[in-house]
Parts: sequence; C-alpha cells; structure tokens
Amino acid sequence: MSVKNDQPDMNRRKFVGTTVAAAGAVVVAPGVLLHTVAGADSESQGASAKHRWGMLIDANKCAEGCSACVDACNSEHGLIGHDRPATDAQWIRAVKLKDLNTGHINRLVMMCQHCEHPPCVDVCPTGASFKRTDGIVLVDRHICIGCRYCMMACPYKARSFVHEDLKDQSINAPRGKGCVEGCTMCVHRIDRGETMTACQEACHKDGHGAILFGDLKDPDSEISQALKSQNSRQLRADLKLNTGVRYSNL
Amino acid sequence: MSKMYYRELYCGTPVRYWAGMALLGTIVAIAMGAAFYMEHNGHWVTGMSNQVVWGLPHVFAIFLIVAASGALNVASIGSVFGGPMYKPLGRFSSLLAIGLLAGGLAVLLLDLGRPDRLIIAMTYYNFKSIFAWNIILYSGFFAIVGLYLWAMMDRKANRYYRPIGFAAFFWRLALTTGTGSIFGFLVAREAYDAAIMAPMFIIMSFSYGLAFFIITLIAAYMWGDRELGDLRLARLKNLLGVFVGAVLYFALVFNLTNLYVTQHHGVESFILLNGGVYTAMFWLGQVLIGGIVPLFLIYSPAFDKARWAIAAASVMVLIGGFFQIYVIVIGGQAFPMSIFPGKEVLESSFYDGTVNAYAPSLPEMLLGIGGIAIAMTMVAVGARMFKVFPESLEDPGEGA
Repeated sequence: MSVKNDQPDMNRRKFVGTTVAAAGAVVVAPGVLLHTVAGADSESQGASAKHRWGMLIDANKCAEGCSACVDACNSEHGLIGHDRPATDAQWIRAVKLKDLNTGHINRLVMMCQHCEHPPCVDVCPTGASFKRTDGIVLVDRHICIGCRYCMMACPYKARSFVHEDLKDQSINAPRGKGCVEGCTMCVHRIDRGETMTACQEACHKDGHGAILFGDLKDPDSEISQALKSQNSRQLRADLKLNTGVRYSNL
Repeated sequence: MSKMYYRELYCGTPVRYWAGMALLGTIVAIAMGAAFYMEHNGHWVTGMSNQVVWGLPHVFAIFLIVAASGALNVASIGSVFGGPMYKPLGRFSSLLAIGLLAGGLAVLLLDLGRPDRLIIAMTYYNFKSIFAWNIILYSGFFAIVGLYLWAMMDRKANRYYRPIGFAAFFWRLALTTGTGSIFGFLVAREAYDAAIMAPMFIIMSFSYGLAFFIITLIAAYMWGDRELGDLRLARLKNLLGVFVGAVLYFALVFNLTNLYVTQHHGVESFILLNGGVYTAMFWLGQVLIGGIVPLFLIYSPAFDKARWAIAAASVMVLIGGFFQIYVIVIGGQAFPMSIFPGKEVLESSFYDGTVNAYAPSLPEMLLGIGGIAIAMTMVAVGARMFKVFPESLEDPGEGA
C-alpha cells in the first residue's frame, strides 16, 4: 500500500538528528575529557587558591653579620655574582635600620613581598609578571621582554635585571639574560610538596629562626598562629598591597 | 593667496643630498653597533643598574616620542583649528611626527633586555598595563598619521582630510597622555605618582615638537635652497613662546604641589636644592636654557625677525627639554625609595636609602643620538619620495 503523504519521513528526521548529536559528541568529548584530565591533579601538581604562601620575618632574631639566608638563596638558585654589586642579581638582602626618632636599631631581610595586588603585575605589558593562585608572584621568562617597568613599579626594590650572560644555571630556577627576576619563594620546593624555603632552612640551621614560611590560609599553620598571637606589620602598608611577607618586632 | 605647489626635496646637486644621507647613515650605523655591543655583553656595560633601570636611552626615547606627537600639532592647527598659514606645513608636520616616533621607538626597542622579543610585545597584551596601551597607541599613531598624510596629498582622498585630522589630533593627545601616565601611574616612587604628569607631558610635547619642527623646517629649506618667509616663521615663533611659558607653568605647579605635601619634601629638596647634577640640570638646563633664555630670544623686540634667534631659541628649547626628561627619568630613580618610612638605612647590599649613582656610558649616548638620526633619515627619505615641502613658503602678499 502506497501512502501519499506530504509529511516528512519521521524516521529519516530522527536519523539525521541522532547523527548530528553523535558527531557533536565525538567532536566535543575529547576536549571535555582532556579538560577534565588536565584539571584532575590540580590539587597535587599545580598552584591552588586553597593556599596563600607567606613569610613572617622577626627583626629581633635577624643576627648581625649573618648572611646564611642570602648565601643559601644564591646557591639554591644559581645566582653567581660578578663582583659588581650594582648589577649583580640579589633576590634576598639584609638591611640594617635605625629609627630616626628613637635610635632603635633593627636588622631584617628584604625580598619580593609577594603582594596580593602586585604593582609589577599591573604594569607588565606582556603579562610576564604574574601571580599564581597560591599568591606567589613570578616572572615568565619566556615572555619577559626586559623593559624593566616592573622594577620601576615595585615599591620594595625586590627585582633584579640579568645584566650579563649566564653560566652554570641551577635546575631549580631557569634564568634568562635580559630578563627580570626575583624571589620565587622557592616555588620549585613548594611544588614538590616541601614546606621550607632555602632561606628559612639556612636561618634555622644557624639557630636564628628569624624566617617563618607557611600557608597564610591554613588557620592551623605555624605562621598563621604566630601572626595571630603577635603584632606584625607589612612594609609600605599605606599602599594596601596586602603583602605575603610580614615583619614582627620592626 | 597663490596656489601652493609641493615638490620632492632636491638639494641643488645630488652630492648635497647624498652627502647628508651618508652622514645620517653613518650615525645610524654607529648606533646599531653600540646597541649590538650592549645587547651582546649584557647591560652591565652600560651605566644602568638594578637601581637606575632606565638610563640615557630611555631619556632619548621618551624625548623623541613626546616630541613626535607635538610635531603633529602644526598639521592639527591647519586642519582642526583652520589656520591657513599652517595648512601648507601640514604634510611636513605629519612626516616629521612619524619620523620622530620611529626614532624614539627604535631606541626604546634596542634598549630592551630582549629586543628580539618584539613579536611578543606585539602579541601578548596585559590591558591593565599602561605600557601595553602605549604599544597600541604608538602603532595606531603610525597608521592614523599615515592616512592623514595620504588625505593631504591625494586629491581624491581630500574629503577625508578633516575627519582624519580630528582623529589624529585626539589620538596624539591620547598618546602623550599614555606616555605621561607611564610615570603618573607609578605609586612606588615619590618623584612620580602624580596625575599632572599626563597633561604636563602633553604641554611638553607641544613645546618640543614645535621646536623640532622649526629647526628641521629651517634646515630643510636651507638644504633645498627654497624660500621660507619671515611671516610664517614669526607665527611659529610666537606659538613656541606660548608653549615654552606653559611648560614652565606646569613645572611650577607640579613642584609647588609637591612642596605642600610634607612627605614629598625630601624629593623636592633633592631636585631643587641638593641633588647635585640633577639640581643643576633642573635650574640651568630646564629652567634657564630651556625656558627663560628662549622666551627672551622669542619675545625681545631686538631679535624681531632674526632667524638665528628663532633657530637658537628652538635648539635651546630642545636642550632644556632633554634635561627636563633627564631629571624626570633619572633624577626620579636616583632619589632613594621610601621603603622604611621613619627609618634610616645603616647597611644594605642593595643601595637602600642612598642616592643611586648613574653615569651614562658612551654606547648609551651613541644609541640615543642614533635615534635622532633615524628620525632625520626617515624625514629626508620621505621628503625626497613624496611631495611634502611646498616649493616656496614665501610670505603671502596679503591676508591669510
């Protein structure tokens, strides 16, 4: 029996619909799958916003004449000086201060303060200066053009420009001639799951314990407890950058 | 007013033109050698350091970029503000603006730590960075001024002349706002961080750009043996006087504002009183050579139409302007940053709390001068290829 019908064949329509849906799934699925796979290990392998790494530096414990943290940082990151203090890279430095009114003398170490609102990240034209979700401020050596605007913008003089050819680099911190760099908070150690930076380790080894590193977001961490129990301050707090590095007894 | 004819720049004998080009080419080649030397060895061979990170090349670059946008003003007066005396100068004004910007950017690029990463600078943008905006503003400036030049030279494009003229005028204001804001947006350093930087840079650009324009106009008409009337030069001269006065006014307001704020007394006394070379550059360079003496040369009846006085005033405006940028860029970095307010730094391995030393090196100087030569080469080539200069700029009989 032949049916004369001007209605479309519903079976054919269904078939086309199913085919399109299947083809769509085939196209999209691998992307979704890859995305899921890529995000799966974010907790253990990449930076996570569940942490904010920071430091507390006790200006009373920073010992006169000691350079343990500076030496440790230099060897950890392969920072080799050329006896040219004006151009040699310094990721951490000791500074001795005297209060202008009271004459009180302090000593402390300075490094990248790992701001929540870093001016270096704001001004960087290419986005090479960036902040990880765990609060660590870094320079992407692949897209830094060496314009040095971040060094103009940093209120802490925390960055160095690589002024010469590099030799004997450390695998912990790839560097680049003509690029800007600074304290990474030993990000290579953090990403390996370690809990101490090179500077803190050296300071503890020498028995000073002036540097305390830890997770500011973990209320039970040693640093959070210390910050809760004693007075501390941020350098240039007036700029409201919410630094990750804090100072006590300053 | 008789019809204006434009003609390519021929300088009597070919030798005269090509000798000039050879001289410029030699200066550019030396500058390229200097840039290669600095990039090959690394920046430690320059006067720059981790304390003074922007040195003499930045002074040259910013000076040329600021002057570039100002050089376009003559064209803008002709098209936006309808000044018939300025209109025939519009083509050269645009060409000079392109040349100066190219020269400035060349110096800026060759002073980067990684000049080979130009493509990254052009493809990776952080839109919160005023520097990134400047890259867009600079590229756009070339495009818009190029179109502007075309609209002025091609009769068929003449209907676009006014709208493009307006666009170019607003773009140049945006560009100099961007250049000034590079410093205006820096909260870290006391010498900067002021909104007045943007308008101050605009007025500086008016002054330096016009001074560059007058000098190169006089030079080109001498080089090409063409007639340049006194009346037109007198107009330009009077306008320069107004701009020079305005630059002094902005410098006064900027410093007075800082003097009112106790926090800024340190940096003010550094620039105005005890900053050594920077204090000398401010008072002798910026104020005396760049301001007071040119104003005297421009407005004194004794030098009414004296061409040497106009040329001398323009050169002095440029020298003073150079010192002004030097004081802003390098003086501002030499003054120690206030990381520990209320404390005196007794010891630091990183020069905290001390005035930072900077002595420009020869390669930096050669690179900077090369930037000016690049600008002049582009102008000379452009003027030879295109009909930019009116055949004669003798004074119109009457009116105008």
